Amino acid sequence: MKAGSNLERLLRSGQFTITAEFVPPATGDRGLIERQARYFKGHVDAVNVADNMGAVVGTASWAVSRALLDLGLEPIMSLVTRDRNRIALQSDLLGASLLGIRNVFCTTGEHQKFGDHPEALNVYDIDSVQLVNAVRGLSGSGKLLGGAVCDKAGPFFVGAAANPFGDPADFMILRLGQKVRAGADFIQSQPVFDPEKFGHWVRLAREEGLIEKCFILATVMPLRSAREARAIHEKRRGVEISQDIMTRLEGVPEPEQAREGLRICAEQMQALKEMKGVQGVHIMSAGREEVIPELIKESGLETARARD
Amino acid sequence: MIIAERKPIKELLEMLVGHDHVLLVGCKGCVTVCNAGGVREVGVLASALRIARRRQGRPIGIDEMTLDRQCEPEFISWLEEPLREKGYTAVMSAACSVGPQYIAERFDRVAVMPALNTKFIGGTLEHGVWAEFCRACGNCGIHNFGGLCPITRCSKGLLHGPCAGSSGSKCEVRPEVDCIWHLIYQRMKNLGQIEKLKALKPAKDWSGYWSGGVRRVVREDLTL
Repeated sequence: MKAGSNLERLLRSGQFTITAEFVPPATGDRGLIERQARYFKGHVDAVNVADNMGAVVGTASWAVSRALLDLGLEPIMSLVTRDRNRIALQSDLLGASLLGIRNVFCTTGEHQKFGDHPEALNVYDIDSVQLVNAVRGLSGSGKLLGGAVCDKAGPFFVGAAANPFGDPADFMILRLGQKVRAGADFIQSQPVFDPEKFGHWVRLAREEGLIEKCFILATVMPLRSAREARAIHEKRRGVEISQDIMTRLEGVPEPEQAREGLRICAEQMQALKEMKGVQGVHIMSAGREEVIPELIKESGLETARARD
Repeated sequence: MIIAERKPIKELLEMLVGHDHVLLVGCKGCVTVCNAGGVREVGVLASALRIARRRQGRPIGIDEMTLDRQCEPEFISWLEEPLREKGYTAVMSAACSVGPQYIAERFDRVAVMPALNTKFIGGTLEHGVWAEFCRACGNCGIHNFGGLCPITRCSKGLLHGPCAGSSGSKCEVRPEVDCIWHLIYQRMKNLGQIEKLKALKPAKDWSGYWSGGVRRVVREDLTL
């Protein structure tokens, strides 16, 4: 065990693990965070706390992570490199350590053009691979990127994102390799709507010897309607929704499409559980946390927490 | 070269409020090449401003002059005589922003205005279209990326490959632009250098960029 988080314990013990994403609203109201948290408690093994998701201002991921800890939930604190330079990022990591946060998820973050402050100045001082490396440095040797030694932070269980659907496909595997070598312990993918293509990526990753070095969690996303599916397919690059899914959604009347989307997602979760090399699913509910309990029930999967 | 474009006439007219006798100074350097501030553009701009002011009922006198370059003190000194003898209350500089700053430093009793927005260091894509190629980070490493610059040409300046938004070989932020990482990957493949992309790159040293006020280059062999 490295960081000793519940997430690490579950993954290392070979249990299928369920995480879900929480996009904190912009609020100073702890009560609101607590009310949202009830959709996770007892349902998932760990909660990704987004860091200004979509470049839209939300409450700080470290603060919300701490609030979740208080509620008996296990947070995975996200950090994006868009908004902070290496000094601020490392400072936040030390702070997270102080607050008892043990899982960290490192990404670059969506460009500010897509958020609520498109005119903001971005930072991108370091990239996600370098951030993973920074977390490993702080966590392992207590070394800052600049070379100075500080008190060890964490230890952290380090996550990173991967895009199995980008092209060229071999470049996507190369990217995964970079993140693993930089020190990523677990990977959460882009949303999977094409299990075949995803399976191919997992096979390539296995051939490269990367599956033994990190845990792969496949991301799933319940779709609300055929219209939403089409919008995601067309507008969100890197996410392709298969024709099969589109046809299924369009095949039911509009008021029932959300229910059908949930069913599709639950089936995907079952299928991914059977996929070799995949050790968990990550639910991206795009701000609709209330569907999580029902989705997990529908999938028939149980989280370790629920089993305990 | 430095790419610039003319500010909107409306903005220039607002700057000129209260001035009736102005010298408009062009530059024969970069901004001539990118059709923003050479002799011809100065002529067109001066006419447009005169007409607009006449319409406003507040005619303005605008003389035109174009220097060989505005980023050299020697050429700026050519403005001394006209400024002394013609009594201009303002100089409008159609150069990159080095020009108006040099003029302002040299002449402390004349208002100085920029006619152009200085955009970036770039090149010509096609006639009338320019794009950015260099962010002048002061520490060029493009040999690591097949001779292409991800610092400038990736919307996030990433050093290890594309972000998740890049599939389809186009940039998510600017869909009309190729994802530079696709071009880099292709180049590296052609060069047989894919291994180079696997290497972890240290956090970039930005100290030659925007971190300590004015950057300077001194060539001892050229100093007097």
